Amino acid sequence: MRFELILAVRFLREGRFQTLLTLAGVAVGVGVIVFLSALISGLQTSLVANTLGSQPHVVIRPQDAVARRMLEEGTDKVAARVEGAAQRPQKIPDWPANLGRVERVPGVVATSPIAAGAAFAVKGDVSKAVALRGVDPARFDRIVDVTGRLKSGAFRLEGNDVVLGIGLAADLGLSVGDKLRLVTEGGRSDVFTVGGLFDLGAKDLNERWVLSSLRNAQTLLNLEDGITSIEVRVDAIFEADRMADEISDRTGLVAETWMQINRQLLVGLKSQSASSWMIQFFVVLAVALGIASMLVVSVVQKSREIGILKAIGTSTGQTMGVFLLQGTILGLAGSALGCGLGALLALLFRSMALAPDGSPVFPVDLTWTRFVAASAVATVVGVVAAVAPARRAARLDPAEVIRYG
Amino acid sequence: MAEEDGAILRLEGVRKSYGSRVVTEVLHGIDMSVNAGEFVALVGPSGSGKSTLLNLMGLLDRPSGGRIFLDGTDTSTLDDAGQTRFRGHKIGFVFQFHHLLPAFTSLENVMMPLLVQRGRPDDEMRQRARMLLVRVGLEDKIFARASDLSGGQQQRVAVARALAMQPPLVLADEPTGNLDSNSADQVFDLLREFNREYRGAFVIVTHDHRMASRCDRIVEIVDGLIRKVDTGS
Ligand SMILES: Nc1ncnc2c1ncn2[C@@H]1O[C@H](COP(=O)(O)OP(=O)(O)OP(=O)(O)O)[C@@H](O)[C@H]1O
Ligand SMILES: [Mg+2]
Repeated sequence: MRFELILAVRFLREGRFQTLLTLAGVAVGVGVIVFLSALISGLQTSLVANTLGSQPHVVIRPQDAVARRMLEEGTDKVAARVEGAAQRPQKIPDWPANLGRVERVPGVVATSPIAAGAAFAVKGDVSKAVALRGVDPARFDRIVDVTGRLKSGAFRLEGNDVVLGIGLAADLGLSVGDKLRLVTEGGRSDVFTVGGLFDLGAKDLNERWVLSSLRNAQTLLNLEDGITSIEVRVDAIFEADRMADEISDRTGLVAETWMQINRQLLVGLKSQSASSWMIQFFVVLAVALGIASMLVVSVVQKSREIGILKAIGTSTGQTMGVFLLQGTILGLAGSALGCGLGALLALLFRSMALAPDGSPVFPVDLTWTRFVAASAVATVVGVVAAVAPARRAARLDPAEVIRYG
Repeated sequence: MAEEDGAILRLEGVRKSYGSRVVTEVLHGIDMSVNAGEFVALVGPSGSGKSTLLNLMGLLDRPSGGRIFLDGTDTSTLDDAGQTRFRGHKIGFVFQFHHLLPAFTSLENVMMPLLVQRGRPDDEMRQRARMLLVRVGLEDKIFARASDLSGGQQQRVAVARALAMQPPLVLADEPTGNLDSNSADQVFDLLREFNREYRGAFVIVTHDHRMASRCDRIVEIVDGLIRKVDTGS
């Protein structure tokens, strides 16, 4: 061990109680940072995942359809997305070519053409307004995982099969294999068979969506072989805006992102992140002040020893090193304890915050990078906090110390 | 020139004043030299400036005027870091209040000057420190904490520490001032023996005339000036 390290360890060991208190302070600080950041990150990840579980990242529509929809319904409502309200669905011009252009945009991982419009579902004498969506099951599954959320049946849409939500099925008293009639605006209608029931975790969708084959929807909605929108999944959800711009540039169509549709959610997430960062900043500041104040006191208490060491030839750099190392050790050891504490808090929270079915409300995001980052911050803070005390120690005049014993 | 006349330490017109608004001059121009291997007593009334002078000799402080040559080097040409390094290599200190590191063992205290210079402990320095402790009669206290030793034992550890680097000059400010006469004699005898064995020069501040008379030379300081120099025993 080097001279500086030997002395740093000794000084810390001698100041037993102060050292323990400071270590506890650093540990609590690091623990809070680890726990809080894991909690917020887990919460936000699951909020975004839940939201995007039943939404595409980008929706592409024809120009005027969007303008009219915004006039009719206002902008911020999630429900505004549901095409059922549009009276006469607008078609995307030359959609196979446009679909090809969208697919070539870097970052686009899946696309699904949609033929959507308003319809009525009729069973016996009960009738419900629904959103008829003609999709290709394999492609749509990659946008919204319907297959994964089926409660019964299959997501195939062959022949006159439809798949609908458990809410609608309950309203109309339907189960797999039952028949229902779909009627559209222009009086076109046909009889369909329930091929499956899904639960997308959103009441609105469960009560309104009826998924049919693209062909059947096009016929009922009088779209010929046209489609009304293209839904897109991208690889980096927080870069959806940039990709949407690119898509608009290439196709001349309107591309709306999940971020625009869920503006409230994003504002919420941002302010949550901001307050979490602020809390973490002040925790770090408190940790720094704790380390600094302990070392300042230690310099005063150890001024006699420091004076002796300087008299026998210890250099300014060595003297500073002894105190910088103490800060480093406090930061490192406190981090190790704090990581344990943070993990413990997170696990405790996970085991206590349970949904009614006993599963965790949301995952606490405990990754090793979080521990490394918190420890690195605390260690750097330890060193920085030690600078002022170290300089004080280095400036001590050995003659003074020796004179006054 | 220092080598020519065999002086390890030479002071030329050394002055020292304290204070910035009210300036008090404590030393008014000291000229003296200490030869290699010489054993010098520094005596004088309280407040006459003995400790001040010793601190200047030991490079713990800088003079307000005059020059100090140590082992042939004009120390005023050294910066603070240079003086610190010089001090570590050339000078051993024994202070009145022993000034050991209380939480460290005797062995660690004696090793400390070597450790400071070399950066990390090695067997050679451990061996040398152990020999010195045996030499001062503390073989059974090698691993005792300094704070658990008696005053006389602590001062013997301090003597061993001062000699760890085998410096050409050892400065001792009333090294026996706080000891009973028995321990005081023991410490003084040790210093004298080391002086003969290692041929290092010693400057010792003392109020004890009997001890002063056992030195090679007595330098008396009164009111910041050298009053007279006696050639002792
Ligand atoms: N740092 C300082 N600031 C101001 N005055 C000082 C300082 N150090 C010493 N003095 C003054 O210088 C004078 C000489 O002090 P010094 O300690 O050298 O005397 P001394 O000969 O060692 O005395 P003693 O035998 O009592 O130890 C005293 O008047 C003292 O008050
Ligand atoms: Mg004195």
